[in-house]
Amino acid sequence: MPATPFTPIESLLGGALIGAAAVILMLFLGRIAGISGILGRLLPPFGEPGVGGAAAFIAGLVAAPILYTAATGLAVRQTVSGNLPLLAGAGLAVGFGAILGGGCTSGHGVCGLSRLSARSLLATLTFMATAFLTVLLVRHVLPGAD
Amino acid sequence: MRIIVSAIAGLLFGLGLIVSGMADPAKVQNFLDPFGAWDPSLAFVMLGAIAVTFAGYRIAFQRGRPLLADTLSLPSKTDIDARLLAGAGLFGIGWGLSGFCPGPAIVSLPLLATGTLVFVPAMLAGMLLARALQNRPRGSEERTEAAGS
Repeated sequence: MPATPFTPIESLLGGALIGAAAVILMLFLGRIAGISGILGRLLPPFGEPGVGGAAAFIAGLVAAPILYTAATGLAVRQTVSGNLPLLAGAGLAVGFGAILGGGCTSGHGVCGLSRLSARSLLATLTFMATAFLTVLLVRHVLPGAD
Repeated sequence: MRIIVSAIAGLLFGLGLIVSGMADPAKVQNFLDPFGAWDPSLAFVMLGAIAVTFAGYRIAFQRGRPLLADTLSLPSKTDIDARLLAGAGLFGIGWGLSGFCPGPAIVSLPLLATGTLVFVPAMLAGMLLARALQNRPRGSEERTEAAGS
């Protein structure tokens, strides 16, 4: 796993942009900026209103790296694991867990904590704990597993 | 108008993930690894995001009615149940294994890493599966929850 540089300024700034997006959604549409909830509106049985807005939000997300690179000339740097079975299992867990738990890093972690929701605080502490534990196990206890 | 606002919010959210470095799963996993190549950046992302959201939400909640909608659509659940804990726990395991949560995974799609193209369909399948299991006994459960609260 490559080391990544500590970027407090960029991360604070990027976080503020995420916050600005969350505030815009609440001020204009009265909605939580939870990505799993927004994605859920685009999946069957399509029971909830706001499908058009959800599709537009996801389109904005997908356009972001393209516009970022067009505007700055910088590539978006990322290292994605090549262990495809692991990623498939992780994807299943993330998707299933986000729906069962009623939110993800954005819905519980950013929006829920900002609303001082006890449910979101507990969810955030829980997924942080299992995520730290998982990385500890995979990188230090069972090295080679990733 | 609602569509345009949603698209702008999505774009800002995505740019925020990129600028903050959270579109890189390695950076997320390094945050989760204090005994290895620790990178505390994610804490600063949360700090910046929550500071702005907390302040903006105060204004939005004081106004009450959103500018382009009739009411605030806020989560109504307040109970702590096994589903919340099991779901969040499972979510964290997948997040730790991959370094991906839903937002960064979707933002990563146009970068076309093979891992992303495997992760995203699997994530959507997981969401559909959870939906299917939740929807089955829906009517009776909602009544039970209402009675219990």
